Amino acid sequence: MNKTGNGQVKNRHQALDLSDQQILEMYQNMVLARKVDERMWILNRAGKIPFLVSCQGHEAAQVGAAYALDRTKDFLCPYYRDMGMAIVFGMTAKELMLSAFARAGDPNSGGRQMPGHYGSKRLNILSGSSVVSSQVPHGVGIALSGRMQGEKLVVLTAFGDGGSNQGEFHEAANFAGVHKLPVIFLCENNKYAISVPFSKQAACESIADRAKGYGFPGISVDGNDPLEVYKVTKEAADRARRGEGPTLIEAVVYRLVPHSSDDDDRTYRSREEVEEARKKDPLVTFSTYLKDVGILDERKEKEIHDRMLMEVDEATEYAENAPDSAPQDALKHVYAE
Amino acid sequence: MAVISYIDAVTQALREEMQRDKRVFVLGEDVGVRGGVFRVTQGFYEEFGEQRVIDTPLSEAAIAGVSVGAAAYGLRPVAEIQFAEYIMPAVNQIVNEAAKMRYRSNGDWNCPLVIRAPYGGGVRGALYHSQCVEAMFCNIPGLKVVTPSTPYDAKGLLKAAIRDADPVLFFEHKRCYRLIKGEVPDSDYIVPIGKSDIKRQGEDLTVISYGLTLHFALEAAEKLSQEGYSAHILDLRTLYPLDKESIVEAARRTGKVLIIHEDNKEGGVGAEVAAVLAEECLFELDAPIKRLCGPDVPAIPYSLPMEKFFMLNPDKVYQAMKELAQL
Repeated sequence: MNKTGNGQVKNRHQALDLSDQQILEMYQNMVLARKVDERMWILNRAGKIPFLVSCQGHEAAQVGAAYALDRTKDFLCPYYRDMGMAIVFGMTAKELMLSAFARAGDPNSGGRQMPGHYGSKRLNILSGSSVVSSQVPHGVGIALSGRMQGEKLVVLTAFGDGGSNQGEFHEAANFAGVHKLPVIFLCENNKYAISVPFSKQAACESIADRAKGYGFPGISVDGNDPLEVYKVTKEAADRARRGEGPTLIEAVVYRLVPHSSDDDDRTYRSREEVEEARKKDPLVTFSTYLKDVGILDERKEKEIHDRMLMEVDEATEYAENAPDSAPQDALKHVYAE
Repeated sequence: MAVISYIDAVTQALREEMQRDKRVFVLGEDVGVRGGVFRVTQGFYEEFGEQRVIDTPLSEAAIAGVSVGAAAYGLRPVAEIQFAEYIMPAVNQIVNEAAKMRYRSNGDWNCPLVIRAPYGGGVRGALYHSQCVEAMFCNIPGLKVVTPSTPYDAKGLLKAAIRDADPVLFFEHKRCYRLIKGEVPDSDYIVPIGKSDIKRQGEDLTVISYGLTLHFALEAAEKLSQEGYSAHILDLRTLYPLDKESIVEAARRTGKVLIIHEDNKEGGVGAEVAAVLAEECLFELDAPIKRLCGPDVPAIPYSLPMEKFFMLNPDKVYQAMKELAQL
């Protein structure tokens, strides 16, 4: 048994071919996503940004999954919570804040879309809308194209448990199954579609069960554990690259805060339930793992948090002072110019 | 120049574009082995292979959504929706996704896809194989809506649509498929999207139309000319964005305008054409703008007498043209 650190916990990341440095980077990305998100809440409550939709509680699933991909050629069709994923693929705090302030320099949309609508050609992230699961068939289309062009690329498309009820998810999954396309369908099941609990959304036990109907594997995984999510996503990506078709992954997570800045989750779930979930906050549990295996200590943890906070401070200041688009730029980019 | 049918012109354009550009591929229901229910892609499966001629599941939202992804990636999908009314399950992908991709990404991404769909009545197709659905896509900036009335335009416009950097809905009137024949060059040519075309020169009244009813107007114009009235006939060809300048110019030419389409009247393409004329040249007109359109009922019934009642024909068009000419 491979024991390090305090000797209580097995090193699980070595078996996944992840170096200490890599999992520290994963942790750092999770911390950055959390801190950007937290800052957006403050900015919203201070009246400085009109809206945000939160990733808190999903960071491990997002970072773990994105980390399993090849950022030089794979594609993301994410949904509006996937800040952690966007960060892994190269989006910076500054860029996220430009989007929060709807500034001209926002690389996602030039200030046209609400924050959370990730998109960047440079980063292989396809622009998405707010209509849940609309992005899922796009992922299938990119996978089909990649195969037609002889590229060994994989597409990861993510959505929530609510989104998994949309016809477009089912149509896309069926299409990908028939054509054995290199797609990973990642459902971040936080058990609520805004206020509607999972029990009122689906009669199956796990979203992963749905894969059977489309003829490919479905796996349910603890979404609070970035290493588990990494592991199953890596296996799915390897399968996809071998031409064996899609995989559906359900990452079971919990949304630690309201759906968005306009939501009040006290109207539909108890504080006890949220407090219970906070005990499994992936930032806390992953930090514990890193300490247990001896690659993080209090000092280093503080250093990472301080550094990420400074990055968020700088990003906030930069974005707050960045110029808006010219009003008449609203007329641009309707058609090719 | 060979004389070919409207449907053969569509096939020719598609085949030539697939031969010219490896990024072009077709997908849809029955487009592969069967060659399409109307046979537009007959022989394509054998010529281009199953990778580029894709029989999809019966799943319109996926057909459109997969095309959006492929187009954004950089390929040139040409999706076939088997009948125009089956486009409804795909509307989210067309309106919220394809049409807004360029705009919402600030020009970073674009979506060069073509969706072809046979539309229109007069084929005993009843409610769900006869509809004209074009109007509902004609207030969606980011989309282009095209419908040819002749084989020449069908070939040139489809080639333009496939080469366009933005999403194009390409509506083919299914009654025109084998009814309408015309000269089509074997050579490569483009009919520009966004440009209408004068199909007949005249002095006494202006008819603005597209698709099947354009041919009714041409036929009626012949008859009318024997009675001393000459009709000026404009084929819109692109329904969105409209070629406003040419519309106004055609109206000014005679001072009397009749707008004709098979689609029902209220909120139809003709309403926008009339609005353009009202804004731009109302006081130059000699008579109120007239519209001759399908009745405002949900769709065409199966029964032959009821279908005939719904559909326009050369005689109905002749009556309306004559009435306006005599005003």
